[in-house]
Amino acid sequence: MIEEIRKIIAEHGRLSVDVAGLAPNADLYHAGMTSHASVNVMLALEDHFDIEFPDRMLKRSVFESISAIESALNELRAEQPVS
Amino acid sequence: MAPRVGIDLVSVESVRESIDKHGDRYLNRIYNENELSDCHTPQGIVAERLAARFAAKEATLKVLRPVDEAIPWRTIEVVRHGAGWVEVELSGRAAALAAEAGLSDFALSISHEAGYASAIVIAELDLRNRRSDPIEKT
Repeated sequence: MIEEIRKIIAEHGRLSVDVAGLAPNADLYHAGMTSHASVNVMLALEDHFDIEFPDRMLKRSVFESISAIESALNELRAEQPVS
Repeated sequence: MAPRVGIDLVSVESVRESIDKHGDRYLNRIYNENELSDCHTPQGIVAERLAARFAAKEATLKVLRPVDEAIPWRTIEVVRHGAGWVEVELSGRAAALAAEAGLSDFALSISHEAGYASAIVIAELDLRNRRSDPIEKT
């Protein structure tokens, strides 16, 4: 899952650094991701993983690192099993 | 009374990319119906106007200063008046957070030029009026 997240961030995150070199817990906002780019990352994650981020998860900490995104996706997949 | 200020800058190209890749899902997730209506012209939706509105929402969040709390974008709405000026209106959790913090009299200005849109929001902070301070909660 980590590599899928990396690919989506690389395509939509508009980072100023190479995503491949980022540690899973590296701060994506410090790496150049803007709030607007995080929206694109969120929508691309929803498309790719067939989930939907509820309002309660639309906060900075959910998208601040690859690890945080992975945790959120695992939580959502448990709540919203793919049919 | 003291002012609290928020500012934000958004790439118009980033907004255009969002519309191209995610279409209505992007538009309806972020913007209210009136905001979308204000950004439509006979030639289609104007990405510069949307970018200015997104900047306004982010600038407002910088004034509200939520502490790792989800504030849906649609609870911060840019309202355009007939003569052309804009105001920001809060609802739901954004309005509640403003009341808790003692923030009122929000004022907004937006602009766009050369591929970027910006917004600045100023609000009055009156600590005597705040309902509670989430930062001070234990």
